[in-house]
Amino acid sequence: MAIRVQRPIFDIGVELSDLTADNPRIGGLCCFTGLVRDMNNGDAVATLTLEHYPGMTHKQLAKIEAEANERWALEASLIIHRYGTMLPEEPIVLVAAASAHRHDAFAACQFMMDYLKTDAPFWKVEDTDQGARWVDSRDSDATAKARWRDRES
Amino acid sequence: MKLLYFAWLRQKIGLGEETVSPPESASTPTALVDWLRTRGDGYALAFSDISAIKVAINQEFASFDDPISDGDEVAFFPPVTGG
Repeated sequence: MAIRVQRPIFDIGVELSDLTADNPRIGGLCCFTGLVRDMNNGDAVATLTLEHYPGMTHKQLAKIEAEANERWALEASLIIHRYGTMLPEEPIVLVAAASAHRHDAFAACQFMMDYLKTDAPFWKVEDTDQGARWVDSRDSDATAKARWRDRES
Repeated sequence: MKLLYFAWLRQKIGLGEETVSPPESASTPTALVDWLRTRGDGYALAFSDISAIKVAINQEFASFDDPISDGDEVAFFPPVTGG
């Protein structure tokens, strides 16, 4: 289990190789990467800046990762989330789960991402050709999280 | 009591962090916000619609009716948009 909250860019390939290294019990690795888009709500986005609540961020991400490890049989898991200013195409977040078979890895990866969207204290501000603006939260994120409450796996 | 503000709340208030000594009546985030609103236009603007704001007490999500006391760290922020 690992959590990293960092400013620098990361290499997805390197991170995933490191995650599965020296563990031949892993038969499935699932990951989600969130990237900076160059358009949002019809306006061109030049840069995206993420602010976070340092004391709370690590705590919330660790809680999400621990719950995923309780619910599914994972061999390895990882959450990396960046803050600071990023350019289009750069990765913002990487969530990965590895298990013996695919089901646990798929489910745990989606679970961690759905919880991260509503529980991790990050805020995005985008610099667009219309000026800087804070990104609004989406109701669909709360719905995505809520559906896990009634599910065993 | 340590207070933290994030995203547009921080911008409207004009600072990200401060230590305050609110009156004893400010025993919940709701009551604390009522007091904060009297401290200036930026606060009044930031806290004009409490339904648009989340609160955390000691780095855990909390309700506006939860108890708070002097040594607590209370943070106010808009709904999160990470990921």
